Amino acid sequence: MKKDIILAGVGGQGILSIATIIGYAAIESGLNLKQAEVHGMSQRGGDVQSHLRISDKEIYSDLIPHGAADMIISVEPMEALRYKPYLSTDGWFITNTKPFVNIPNYPEMDKIMDEIESFKKHVALDADQIAKDLNAPRSMNMVVLGAASLFLDIPFEKLEEGIKFIFGRKGEKVVESNLKAMKAGRDFAEENKT
Amino acid sequence: MKKLLLLGDEAIAQGALDAGLSGAFGYPGTPSTEIIEYIQRNPEAIERNVHRTWSTNEKTAMEEALGMSYAGKRAIVTMKHVGLNVAADPYMNSALTGANGGIIVTVADDPSMHSSQNEQDSRFYAKFALMPAMEPANQQEAYLMPRLAFEISEKYNLPVLLRITTRLAHSRAGVDRLEVLKENKLHFPENPNQFMLLPAFARVNYKRLLSIQDDLVHESENSTFNQYFEGSDKSLVIIACGLAYNYLMENYSAGKCEYPILKIGQYPLPKKQIEKITSECDEMLILEEGMPFVEEMLKGYLGNNLRVKGRLDGSLPRDGELNPQLVRKALGMPELPSQKVPEVVVGRPPALCVGCPHIDTYKALNAALEKYGSGYVFSDIGCYTLGYLPPYNAINTCVDMGASISMAVGAADAGLFPSIAVIGDSTFGHSGMTPLLDGVISKSNVVFMILDNEITAMTGMQDSQVTGRIEDICIGIGVEKEHIRVIVPLSKNHEENVKVIKEELDYNGVSVIIPRRPCIHIFKKKKRS
Ligand SMILES: Cc1ncc(C[n+]2csc(CCOP(=O)(O)OP(=O)(O)O)c2C)c(N)n1
Ligand code: SF4
Repeated sequence: MKKDIILAGVGGQGILSIATIIGYAAIESGLNLKQAEVHGMSQRGGDVQSHLRISDKEIYSDLIPHGAADMIISVEPMEALRYKPYLSTDGWFITNTKPFVNIPNYPEMDKIMDEIESFKKHVALDADQIAKDLNAPRSMNMVVLGAASLFLDIPFEKLEEGIKFIFGRKGEKVVESNLKAMKAGRDFAEENKT
Repeated sequence: MKKLLLLGDEAIAQGALDAGLSGAFGYPGTPSTEIIEYIQRNPEAIERNVHRTWSTNEKTAMEEALGMSYAGKRAIVTMKHVGLNVAADPYMNSALTGANGGIIVTVADDPSMHSSQNEQDSRFYAKFALMPAMEPANQQEAYLMPRLAFEISEKYNLPVLLRITTRLAHSRAGVDRLEVLKENKLHFPENPNQFMLLPAFARVNYKRLLSIQDDLVHESENSTFNQYFEGSDKSLVIIACGLAYNYLMENYSAGKCEYPILKIGQYPLPKKQIEKITSECDEMLILEEGMPFVEEMLKGYLGNNLRVKGRLDGSLPRDGELNPQLVRKALGMPELPSQKVPEVVVGRPPALCVGCPHIDTYKALNAALEKYGSGYVFSDIGCYTLGYLPPYNAINTCVDMGASISMAVGAADAGLFPSIAVIGDSTFGHSGMTPLLDGVISKSNVVFMILDNEITAMTGMQDSQVTGRIEDICIGIGVEKEHIRVIVPLSKNHEENVKVIKEELDYNGVSVIIPRRPCIHIFKKKKRS
């Protein structure tokens, strides 16, 4: 079993929580893990990425090679595209479609959607909207994780445990919102994967 | 025991703690910051009361560690690569004083300059100082190395440099812990003159340092961190230093490379192994993160008969960090099929946060400078460096910490008017006080703006040493009280702030303006702690 995952987004959008939960679930499932994060300069509203590698064998590089990622999971559509060179030819492309516009030259959404749809295997969802509808607007990242969970080969319950583990100290309500959000993302992916 | 999931930085911290650490000294700097942050929140470190508050800069940190070593205890110093330039004086001399309690100088290099002004390679400093160095390939080695480093440091009475680079510093993996060693007891150095570098003693110490060099090579030859792996194809041998080894092995999915490999984790280079591989093979590929340190050494100035491939002959790029695909290419393997970044994607550079106090400061400064045009603002390193970007375009230089004030003094003394420095509070504490004294003494016609957001924001919200003390420091250094002006950078105060800046521009002498408003993320940090 091997899953190489690129996580992408903009500083502050919560990709590290996604990484932590998948990481928790992987470790609990007895797998090896390496997770490279971006710290420092790029957090001031700049692009952020994390390389998450899970395997039942020894993992060498902290960085995923170009063309080797099994999955891109992104909480922002343009950021998802930025890491296209990493994706293997039959990898999954999972992205939120709600743009995070903090630059004057943000590209037209139509062009971005065309690119997203050109991926053979993709799930594109408005995770912000889904989270809002659930009354859990801050759990957008968990919606995206839920959509990706379908292709992770990690038991869903382990991811749920991960949510309880990392949000536990914030109280029952926060845990519930996040669990609900992740489930909603998964349900969306079940119905809409292409 | 269950594995701990740790960043490379955190593994070093845990490794040092478990190896009997008594004090961690450092100044924040990406990618080294998480070492001390980990120790600051580690319950065992708190229980043991391991020293863990930030120092004012890397030089004071290095000297404090030397003091702890003099007193017989084990200390670690942490900094980013450019921090070692600041600490270079005590660092170089510490090779002559040597250590009593073990000292590890941990330096995090940032090849590709993800968040740095240059990409210098700290292994050169180790060689320069004739000190042993270690360089982990993974998180487990990052955990183990402090233990061996303390051992070597106390065996040879010499500090050890531990080098880590960005990718390992900021990458997490499972780490197994060993038993916890006891801290040293207070004890004086055996030789009371060990730390007395009067020339007569220094010469003796230097000769001793030279005399143990062969022993350090033996240590490397016998180190588990330097490993030779047999290979069936001897047409090429590969030397892989630190985490470059991972990028190499990544390209052999079965975990077996056909060429012999010498994996390097401890310096000086292990002579015996190097001699063996050079006699067996006629071509060598050298993989190292950072500068071609080993490559230059093995190649020699005139080049030798051996063909050495690496960063100098174009097999790998001369600058920037390595990755699996660059190493793959150097091995002559075909690229994995991969696609290009779509053209619609545009850059998303970091920017000042919405609501950042620096924004209002720059707006006021720009307005006050309108009649002079641009080119007069010397700045420094921190979040406020982002004021270079549009729409502010407010600053003209960024060189090294503290240089804003010194350059403004130099430019004013050359006749430039106005001459303005913009510096953050933490940067002011780090290296701004001494040039402020220069400005006062030479009665320069300058305006220094000390942007006090009450925190070290750029590196992720560490305490700032000068919080609550800036005015007193300036008065103490000799700035006239009526020319120390505090303003509150908020848009409602814009007109008033512009007026204050203009008044101080009109004053012929040293003025200090302190725009004071907390970073908007400070509350998050307060909530956490
Ligand atoms: C010698 C050296 N040490 C450390 C750093 C890393 N560093 C860059 S900016 C900065 C702190 C800036 O804090 P401050 O001056 O308070 O400005 P702020 O980011 O809060 O605006 C640090 C520690 C560096 N670049 N050089
Ligand atoms: S982190 Fe604080 S100081 Fe830095 S840009 Fe944001 S608000 Fe400004």
